[in-house]
Amino acid sequence: MEGQQADPLQRFLSGYAPPAGVPDELLDGRGAVRPVWTDFISRLAAMSPERLETRISHGDQYLRDAGVYFRRYGPADASRRDWPLSHIPLLISEEDWTEISAGLVERAELLEKIVADIYGENRLVSHGHLPASLVAHNAEWLRPLVGVKPRSGKFLHFVAFDIGRGPEGNWWVLGDRTQAPSGAGFAVENRIATSRVYSDIFASAGIPRLAGFFREFRDTLMAMRETGESRIGILTPGQMNETYFEHAYIARYLGFTLLEGDDLAVQNGRLMIRTVDGFQPISVLWRRLDAAWVDPLELREGSQLGTPGLLRAVREGNLTMVNALGVGILETRALMAFLPRLSEVLAGKPLRLPNIATWWCGQDSERAYVRENAERMTLGDAFSTGLLYETGDVTPPSTGFSDWIERKGAGLVGQEKVRLSTAPALIDGELQPRPMSLRVFLARTREGWTVMPGGFARIGQSASSNVVAMQKGGRVADVWVHARGSDTEESIAAPARGTVARTPPGALPSRAADNLYWLGRYVERSEYLVRLLRAHHARLAESDAPGGPLLRLVAAHLKGYRCDPREAVPEGLIDTIRAAHGSAGHVGDRFSVDGTLALADLERTAIGFSNRVQTGDDATRAMSVLLRKLNGFAGLVHDNMYRFTGWRFLSLGRALERAANTSACLVAFADPIAPAGSLDMALEIADSVMTHHRRYTVSTNRETVVDLLGLDALNPRSILCQFNDIEGHLEHLPGTGEHRPMSPLSRAVLRARTDLALQTPSTLDTTCLTRLKDEIADMSDQLTLAYLG
Amino acid sequence: MLYDLRMSISYDYPGAASSARHLLRLLPAQISGLQHVSAQRMQVRPKPVEWLEGTDFFGNRTVEVALDQPHEESLFEIAARVERFGPGRLLDVSPRLEDLPRDLALHQSLEPEAPHHFLGSSPRISPHPEMTAYAHEVAEGSATVLELVLRLGERIHADFDFDPEATEVDTPALTAFERRHGVCQDFTHVMISCLRGVGVPAGYVSGFLRTVPPEGQPRLEGADAMHAWVRCWCGHQAGWVEYDPTNAQQVRRDHIVIAYGRDYGDIAPVKGMMRLAGDHSTTQSVDVIPLE
Repeated sequence: MEGQQADPLQRFLSGYAPPAGVPDELLDGRGAVRPVWTDFISRLAAMSPERLETRISHGDQYLRDAGVYFRRYGPADASRRDWPLSHIPLLISEEDWTEISAGLVERAELLEKIVADIYGENRLVSHGHLPASLVAHNAEWLRPLVGVKPRSGKFLHFVAFDIGRGPEGNWWVLGDRTQAPSGAGFAVENRIATSRVYSDIFASAGIPRLAGFFREFRDTLMAMRETGESRIGILTPGQMNETYFEHAYIARYLGFTLLEGDDLAVQNGRLMIRTVDGFQPISVLWRRLDAAWVDPLELREGSQLGTPGLLRAVREGNLTMVNALGVGILETRALMAFLPRLSEVLAGKPLRLPNIATWWCGQDSERAYVRENAERMTLGDAFSTGLLYETGDVTPPSTGFSDWIERKGAGLVGQEKVRLSTAPALIDGELQPRPMSLRVFLARTREGWTVMPGGFARIGQSASSNVVAMQKGGRVADVWVHARGSDTEESIAAPARGTVARTPPGALPSRAADNLYWLGRYVERSEYLVRLLRAHHARLAESDAPGGPLLRLVAAHLKGYRCDPREAVPEGLIDTIRAAHGSAGHVGDRFSVDGTLALADLERTAIGFSNRVQTGDDATRAMSVLLRKLNGFAGLVHDNMYRFTGWRFLSLGRALERAANTSACLVAFADPIAPAGSLDMALEIADSVMTHHRRYTVSTNRETVVDLLGLDALNPRSILCQFNDIEGHLEHLPGTGEHRPMSPLSRAVLRARTDLALQTPSTLDTTCLTRLKDEIADMSDQLTLAYLG
Repeated sequence: MLYDLRMSISYDYPGAASSARHLLRLLPAQISGLQHVSAQRMQVRPKPVEWLEGTDFFGNRTVEVALDQPHEESLFEIAARVERFGPGRLLDVSPRLEDLPRDLALHQSLEPEAPHHFLGSSPRISPHPEMTAYAHEVAEGSATVLELVLRLGERIHADFDFDPEATEVDTPALTAFERRHGVCQDFTHVMISCLRGVGVPAGYVSGFLRTVPPEGQPRLEGADAMHAWVRCWCGHQAGWVEYDPTNAQQVRRDHIVIAYGRDYGDIAPVKGMMRLAGDHSTTQSVDVIPLE
């Protein structure tokens, strides 16, 4: 007992038993801790389990606060999942890392040469080094791009490799990711979360930061712009994509503009962004969209994600795609069979890091070899670009294997089954060995390829599996590269030099403006409905007569907003909140994470209420909870959001919606024939009870209510106040200003504001209010036409 | 044979299409020794703001146009004078089917004419076991690849009904095969799929047929719209042979070529999505008048 207490490390590792036959990252063959892990694991062992658990929860809290998620596709749902962080980082020695880096840089160079030949002279095919059919039958060989030289002169700018350590201890390349490699942003998030868990250890461990890598890459892309352009774009398939979070994250992190195909158009061979300030040129796109989808005119016909004519901009040398369109062919699984030979041919030397042994069944002798040795292999689709362990393998039939393999022929590839090394993972508080693979990122800078000092490790779910895919329940871990003398104090921001230079804000894409506008509208509408419902349920609770005239009037008003007054939390309210949350999701790069999380929380709470809250008192209290959450959101947005054009569209949405709702409210509840109690109801819904009390010495009557809610410019709830706000925002939008001719939108606003300002409480009757509602609708239409279409 | 040809295609949209970009493959091809275009004209309405002529991977002539005004109808018209020289009678120099892979392997090239492009899957065609089995039956009794092509074409012509109502422009080959009817596009897709299934490279040809038959001969099917037929690679020596399964005949001087591709997806005459436009309707008229 005494001995164990004296050696916490031994105790900590007592249950850690790596399987035989593969190396373990933590322990060497004799069971001793490898030098690179000694310090980390001793300090971990010295921590009490409770302390470790607390620290881990800090890391998880960070990920939740940052809103990190990915989507998992299933037959029934594509819901957001929390990011599955494995809390033990993978430690890699400098010797290993040097070898990995050198090997991967050589591989990136080799891939560049191959793809340049495949889209250029095609000597690899004509000299017989690469079978013509492997290229010709490949869906990733994009014929419209044959012969097109990239604007930057290079096809590859950002690549990733999946590697693993084999039984002999050396590293193998398992897959090449060239199309649109994902995960670099997640690597940053892993790093932040993990360094929070081990803040003290991390600070003293001398682990190089990731920011320098991103800064160099960003500077390289910025240097590729045409003069006068403000931004680099990130082209995303949109928020239903598995890694949309990452696209938005990278855009925010690097200060790039997140764009969807619909944001773009081609004019005279140039790619343009549709912005609220008209069409603006853009010449560098970092794409996270697979090439086949980018242009429905020349590539996949049915694509809704692309931009017709985009290939024209590429072909005319006006657009750099990172990476070039067509490089997806490098991910073809069967190509791996040829890489050892191609390295000899193109680089004059063998691959420095071997790739997993691969045999393409399109060749007679290879097919025969696979037939004889199938039990040592995983069989897969030869033209698949997915990683073997992600897309699953092809299962041969139980009988007639030889015939099957002959028939499948060129469609089939055999890859050696490799068992991967194990790395420590924390399972239920215990350290356990799990199979591991590593994703490493490389970026091309002006000085050549640079390797991200880190990346992420995939940790398998069970001890035996060599399946380490995240979608199948594996976890991911941060990677700590031990490097002597590296810079450990970097951040993404450029070092300050003398005076402060502000980056001019890029023009706001119309689609983003549209979503912000509707976000403003939906949140405001939600608030109106919540106030309406609260007033309704409070009266229901007080009243014995739910069929009374006032309650009937409220019920009719609610139905106008598609809310069933018999429900405590009507579906119409939940739909509105959901629409607000959805709009925020579309502008992930321009809207604060806290704001989006607040809406997620609001949606969750409202749905929770709808399952258990009763009408009357219970619902009144529930609405008060929702109202507080909405107020919290409004505070977040209007106190913290930068006053750029996007904020103006959000505010315009709010003001227009509020004007429309207040008009509707007055039409319903300030009509001379409205039942008793209606005027107080109107004041309550418009949150103006206290103000009314202070402003008017008399009790409520139609004139005071209409004056306060319609015409009082100092009441932030009044219609006139909204019109004044709208005018104020319009002055700051593009295309307006003193010396410009009046736009239809300015005219619509001026018409409505003048109409209202000339009224008195007695003339602002129901007819006039109804006309105002139409004028507000016209404003919204004109705004959409001018900026959002 | 000298022809004057005219074609017009129009699209009607239920709502106004706000802007559009189209890729057009409508002009007859210039083919050395086989087809000579001596005059041509093309018109697009509404008037395009961009007009770019080009050539695609397979060497087809393309015109890319951009329309930027809202429009409820668009119209594409061509007129051309084309002389067509028929290939002479074919001497069968094609190999046996089992020897075709050897010819293919010798062909280490990805030039547009290379046979490798025309095997395996393409945007609208994937070989299918049932169609492959159908082709194998025909292949059993065929001595050479060319004989297989001719017999398969006749078999399809005999088994399938020509029925303009049966299918639409995006009907998959398998559906047409199962129903045993369709239009020239379906006949062509089915035959391509069958040929590729047994390893014979096969592609799609779009074009025109003479509208009025020579005296004493029946009018050909598919003459009142754009037509389609098959192009097959019959080995190194025989090269490419064109065959029209809709009319069960080898292509000679009654056919005028517009474009070559792997299937319809490569050579659709008018491509381009409408922004903010719903379902549209199309009308097409074609006249191919022999001048001799």
